[in-house]
Amino acid sequence: MSATAPVISAKNVWKLFGPSPESYLKSLPAGRSFDEIRADGYIAGVKDVSIEVGRGEMLVIMGLSGSGKSTLVRCFSRLHDITGGTIEVDGQDIMSLSERELIELRRNKMGMVFQSFGLLPHRTVLDNVAFPLEMRGQDRHDRRERALEVIKLVGLEGREEYFPRELSGGQQQRVGIARSLAIEPDIWFLDEPFSALDPLIRREMQDEFLRLQEMLGKTIVFITHDFDEALRLADRIAIMRNGAVEQCDTPDQIVMNPATEYVAKFTEDIDKARVVHAKGLAKPVNGHALEGAPINGGSTIHELARILVNDDRILLPVANDKGVVTGVLDRDTALNVLLGAE
Amino acid sequence: MATLSTEIPDTSDGTWGRTKVLTALLVTALALILAKAVGVLPEWLNRIPEAAIPPTAQILDAIFDFIQNDLGLIYVTRFIAEGPLEFLLDTSANLLEGKRRWPYLGPIPWSAIAAVAAVVGYAVGGWRLAALGAGTFIWTAAIGQWKIAMQTMSVIVVAAPLAFLLGLVLGIAAWKYGWFERMLKPILSVLQTLPFFTYLLPAVIFFKVGPTAGAVATITFAIPPMILMTTLGLKKVSPEVIEAGQMSGCTRWQMLRHVYVPAARTEVLVGVNQVIMLCLAMVVLTAFIGMPGLGAKLLAMMGSFKLGRSFEIGVTIVLLAVTLDRMSKAWVVKQPVHFERGTPWWKRHQISLVALVLFVGFTLLAQVFPILAEVGRKQHLSQGKEIDVVIKSFLAIDVIKGTTEWLRWFLNVKVLIPFRDTLLAIPTPAFILLVVSFAYWVGGRKPGIYAAIFFTIVAFSGWWDRSVITLYTVISAVALATLIGIPLGVVAARSNRWSKSILLACDTAQTFPSFIYLIPAIMLFGVNDVAVVFSILIFAAVPLIRYTIIGLSSVPPEMTEAADMSGSTRRQKLMSVQFPLALPTMAVGFNQAIMFAFFMVIIAAFIGTQDLGQELQRTLAGTELGKNFVLGLNVSLMALTFDMAISSWAEQRKKRLGLD
Repeated sequence: MSATAPVISAKNVWKLFGPSPESYLKSLPAGRSFDEIRADGYIAGVKDVSIEVGRGEMLVIMGLSGSGKSTLVRCFSRLHDITGGTIEVDGQDIMSLSERELIELRRNKMGMVFQSFGLLPHRTVLDNVAFPLEMRGQDRHDRRERALEVIKLVGLEGREEYFPRELSGGQQQRVGIARSLAIEPDIWFLDEPFSALDPLIRREMQDEFLRLQEMLGKTIVFITHDFDEALRLADRIAIMRNGAVEQCDTPDQIVMNPATEYVAKFTEDIDKARVVHAKGLAKPVNGHALEGAPINGGSTIHELARILVNDDRILLPVANDKGVVTGVLDRDTALNVLLGAE
Repeated sequence: MATLSTEIPDTSDGTWGRTKVLTALLVTALALILAKAVGVLPEWLNRIPEAAIPPTAQILDAIFDFIQNDLGLIYVTRFIAEGPLEFLLDTSANLLEGKRRWPYLGPIPWSAIAAVAAVVGYAVGGWRLAALGAGTFIWTAAIGQWKIAMQTMSVIVVAAPLAFLLGLVLGIAAWKYGWFERMLKPILSVLQTLPFFTYLLPAVIFFKVGPTAGAVATITFAIPPMILMTTLGLKKVSPEVIEAGQMSGCTRWQMLRHVYVPAARTEVLVGVNQVIMLCLAMVVLTAFIGMPGLGAKLLAMMGSFKLGRSFEIGVTIVLLAVTLDRMSKAWVVKQPVHFERGTPWWKRHQISLVALVLFVGFTLLAQVFPILAEVGRKQHLSQGKEIDVVIKSFLAIDVIKGTTEWLRWFLNVKVLIPFRDTLLAIPTPAFILLVVSFAYWVGGRKPGIYAAIFFTIVAFSGWWDRSVITLYTVISAVALATLIGIPLGVVAARSNRWSKSILLACDTAQTFPSFIYLIPAIMLFGVNDVAVVFSILIFAAVPLIRYTIIGLSSVPPEMTEAADMSGSTRRQKLMSVQFPLALPTMAVGFNQAIMFAFFMVIIAAFIGTQDLGQELQRTLAGTELGKNFVLGLNVSLMALTFDMAISSWAEQRKKRLGLD
């Protein structure tokens, strides 16, 4: 498989809840709204969504409760059977899998973390983490070793024999994370993993999560209702509302160019300077005269504040992390972002 | 019916149509009664003529006969009875009471069992339960009832695990297959209201007299709550735990074995508790089909009015009940606790080891000191005769005697007999109409229709008068229980400390096998109608008090605070805030009281009644399976009528108040 092929590719996915969704979907005229569908007695959990997730990418699906984000991720893992469209994982249509093949797929390729942890209350930390390994029939010694390894990875050494109820919320979610990583999945689903935690712990877990991701480089679908969290973690953000994706783009683009009014409402109160990166704001070089030292494209405008204020160049060259100049930044534009003036 | 309806004030804003229907029903009923009073009612409208009553019992007998002999079911059941079931019962009987059967090891010395009970008690609930466990068995041995108690226990140790397994499997099936649950539900609600005599006779006929029949009846009786708890528990497993299992790549069997059943642990264990308690309750009652054990002894002692011995056996039964209940409940709440890594093997299994050592130790000691193996006939500490004298002389004190005799006279002559005669004087159709209007008024249309169907069936069963007498006993007892129970509950709910201790007392009283409630009734009032009503009264008062307290104390504090801040007096607060909010819960208690009363009224047949229970008890002597079923079904149908009406009221009310 080529490196550029998407890991998950969803095309025109529909998930309808109601008495007989398949036949309803067939007779559904194009362009019927969420509310009209609801008036017909159906709930559009996922409404005509097409989205791709690339290898090693972190896609954050953001939306308020009831927007269909959890339903969508459950369609990716086929916890829900979709009503229409196709979902391919590594080029394979998951709706065509038999029960046995689906179990194999989950045992070897997918891991999932849940909002309220979903730990088995009667098993110790060690046994919870080893659970997926036990299910696929790995021998006792092997799975113990692997489980201890992941437990160490998430920083729960010494708690192996504890039962879930003996742990704090943050620790319980670490167990959930360890369990989802035990089988070394390629695809990692996280369904609002930090929403049940209090703000301080949430921040700490986010840092921890970024550290893990740097190390493991998995393909990730991350669900959240917290826009700040989405901006902090995402390569790309998909904003959902009433089952449909309103906009799917990089954090910079979403903040700078919200596609719809709904998305704009989320971005209104955001300090854009802390989100937008120099490379996101930069224009192609296109023969502009370049002078002086380039700035780092990976830095946010906020991080560049001092340079932007003190420098007197009109155009600043922007370089990638290898030092190659990739574009130019108009200092005025950047200052406008910094000062919050559109 | 009037007595009943005053207990549940109708707070619904009945629509015009409803009032019209209700008036029509009541006017028709009244017209029929008046017509009878002036003597113009034709006889066929007063009671259904004999000729119109279908021979249901005979038809049923023919059907049973067909199933039993022509289809050969009897060979299957007899095979089970004489094969595996009898083997299990013989084994437990050998181990516990020393019956001469395989494995020829028993009886296990009482001291060894008491020691193990103490260790088990300690393991699930600390020192207090250890003392309770040991104390119960020491008492039983010391009082000279070891053998009969073990006859009872030997059936329980077989019946309870079997009932648990069957209940678990059926519960899982009901959870998995919707059609199975829909089929099972009505059967279960009939089973739960069917009088226990109706369990006993088929058991005897199909499974041979003796412990096997007793065990079968016990198992059948104990299964329904296990099924319900299993289904409930499985349905309650959190969706995320289920999804976590699926994402871990569980197959269907792995899901059930490793995810669903362990995650439903609490409900399953509550089911275990109920199975054990129902087994005990039923095993005691199997005395009626001649099963030896505590129940039979109690029956014999009460029959010959030996109050002292009855009292002692009662204490043993109560102690056993409390021990089994507390231990199994402690097991429900006990959560696994981790051991530090590197804890040695013997330390991880410390408790099992201690139990084993004590068991072996006492068994060996018993070889040297026979008193530790068996408390002999001359050695036991029973004070039966002395207690007898004390009780009888206490009851003979002028004040006590005067009071009980006056009460007996007053209740009998002024309340019970006139009430009974009134009910019996009402023409059958009018009676049915009154019941229907009650059900309609309280529960709405559906319970009303069911009431009409159910009571019509009862009317055509050919046992109308006896059914009315059964109903009269139930209504009188529940009405009296309400008069006593609700004020008591209201007073107790005022203080935290009181409500806690009374709740504890109620919970404990609810674990007693119903048989126990006959003892004080017979002691105080002898053998007559008042004793019957009294025994039902105390049995039915327990849930009434319990739910009154629960209902009142679960009123949200912000509401009572709001009432306080509005300057309401205690009475105003009770009447306009606490009662309205507590009523749905109290109705549940009231419903349970009626169900308990229907259960108890049948047992009270032992004292001597003229109702369905008496007839039922008579059928036990013979093989009239059809008649037994008809009688049992009558009780069940009447109970279900009230159950449906009151529960649907409570549910509607709860919904309207936005509770729950």
